[in-house]
Amino acid sequence: MIGANLLGSSFGGVLAQIEQTPFVRPHIDWHAVAPELVLLAGGALVTVVDVIGLEKVRRIIPSLTSLVFLAAFVPVLTLWNQQGDLPRVMWDGAYVVDNYSLVLKGLFLLSGYVIVLLSTNYMLEGDYYDSEYYQLISASVLGMLVMTSARDLVSIFVAIELVSIPAYLMAAWRKRDLKSNEAGLKYMLMGVFASALLLYGMSLLYGMAASTKLTDIAAALSIGESKPIFTLAIVFTVVGFGFKVSAVPFHTWAPDTYEGAPTPLTAFLAVASKAAGFVALLNVVIIGFPGQADVVEPLMWVLAAATMTVGNLIAIRQTNIVRMLAYSGVAQAGYMLAPLAVFGDRPGQATSAVVTYLVIYAAMNLGAFAVVIIAARKTGSGEISSYGGLFNYAPGLTVAMTLFLFSLAGIPPVGGWYAKFEIFRVLTDGGSGAGVSLAIIAAVNSVFAAFYYLAILKQMWFMPAPDGDHSRISIPPSLQAALGVTVFVTIVTGSVLIGPLSDITKLADLALP
Amino acid sequence: MFLNQFLFLAAILFCIGVYGVLTRKNGVLVLMSIELILNAVNINLVAFGSFNQDIAGQVFALFIIAVAAAEVGVGLAIVLLIYRNRRSIDVSEADLLQG
Repeated sequence: MIGANLLGSSFGGVLAQIEQTPFVRPHIDWHAVAPELVLLAGGALVTVVDVIGLEKVRRIIPSLTSLVFLAAFVPVLTLWNQQGDLPRVMWDGAYVVDNYSLVLKGLFLLSGYVIVLLSTNYMLEGDYYDSEYYQLISASVLGMLVMTSARDLVSIFVAIELVSIPAYLMAAWRKRDLKSNEAGLKYMLMGVFASALLLYGMSLLYGMAASTKLTDIAAALSIGESKPIFTLAIVFTVVGFGFKVSAVPFHTWAPDTYEGAPTPLTAFLAVASKAAGFVALLNVVIIGFPGQADVVEPLMWVLAAATMTVGNLIAIRQTNIVRMLAYSGVAQAGYMLAPLAVFGDRPGQATSAVVTYLVIYAAMNLGAFAVVIIAARKTGSGEISSYGGLFNYAPGLTVAMTLFLFSLAGIPPVGGWYAKFEIFRVLTDGGSGAGVSLAIIAAVNSVFAAFYYLAILKQMWFMPAPDGDHSRISIPPSLQAALGVTVFVTIVTGSVLIGPLSDITKLADLALP
Repeated sequence: MFLNQFLFLAAILFCIGVYGVLTRKNGVLVLMSIELILNAVNINLVAFGSFNQDIAGQVFALFIIAVAAAEVGVGLAIVLLIYRNRRSIDVSEADLLQG
């Protein structure tokens, strides 16, 4: 009874608090939220055009969606040009637009654009609903844009759900196909469960800090009372994000979902959705837990070491190229987690290394998936053995795939080596035992990884075609464009554009505003 | 001062929910177990908000209720899809993809 009274009276207290403070319209910086607003309006436009035009507009919906992504990219550029005004802070520090969020917004919009290019022919030629697919992609990318600026538990939660819920639907897109159903089911159950664990951690963080803002949580954590509860909250939060970025031992959904889902969507999950998980993890860890390195670093060390090792060891024995790329993606997530194992002394450098890796990883992995989609148009198969003789009938495609695989393996001069170099640099710079040992594990893993990437190269360059079929592959214009963009970015990020890239990703400490 | 009871209730609900997710084979029951976890979170948030005299906890709980409804809507749609295609919603029978 007393408990009920107490609760009643404190509800009264809270209500009184609301009545006392008159509503003040918060300041909204329209320029700063322009990328999100353009994408939102564009997504709504695509929906309306689809509802009015139905079958007549079916063919223009993909082009319209890609134009929306490019239109939303314009305000990102104008914001980047007005460097002096950054960071733009809104809603009492809950929403921040700074260099870090602009780089990632650009990355997400361009990945969304390439995914639409990859999807166009796949969706038109299969018997699928396609307009809704593009609307859901826009919604999911909108969630990613919000994620890059979210500095508050509520907006991080809403953003991560806005990214995930459309993706659950799209994973099960091939309605009559049992494999696609199963992919959707596994992804949805694991995703929702992960969100629930994450929320439990967030509720404990909120309870201890009495605020949902990450900077307030950082301040409350640094006082150092109630350490056990905070540790519990941090562990739940990191485990929740571990599912989202497919870190071992929470990776089991990833290969199944990747294999069963439509291949363009697999590229979306493996690149954009995973990057969104990393962005959320970076926001929470770098801004929310800066003083808790003694709890977070060992956790990240174990996750990173387990993720890269298990991912690579299982990838070696895969015979299906999509599953192999899925496990390779798990291993790459391990490299991206590694800088967080030493973030305590150099949060800025660790953030830069992860963001650099995300940019290059997006280009090379999207490219590899583009080649898989193109090759499947002829062979209709995802087995690695079906890539035999590819060099004889599609030399250009083989060279492109070779570049992507070299990049994934980290062989200069294509992008991947620079991404790995940044990771090794942040790990070894401090000279701490944890960092150096993790760098050694990562180096050994890179050798393992080269083994299975090179096995595909051997198949493409030296093996005969499985049934002697040497007819050429026709590559539709949208896939040519996707291939062109990804090849270009993969090459220049490893050679001529290293300087500009390192300038763009040189990020100040996030926790400042 | 009476915070403990609420946190204890939430912790018990959370544990029941996690147990349900890990052991149940029926797709709908797994979703219900996840709802239990989300309700544990809501109890936590409202209790903390009330204890700290802060409105943000209740607002966060409202967001969770709304988003959870969307999640379960999508979840049930996928479970229904599975039921139509294989006349069963046993998640342990969904094992076409392995390796």
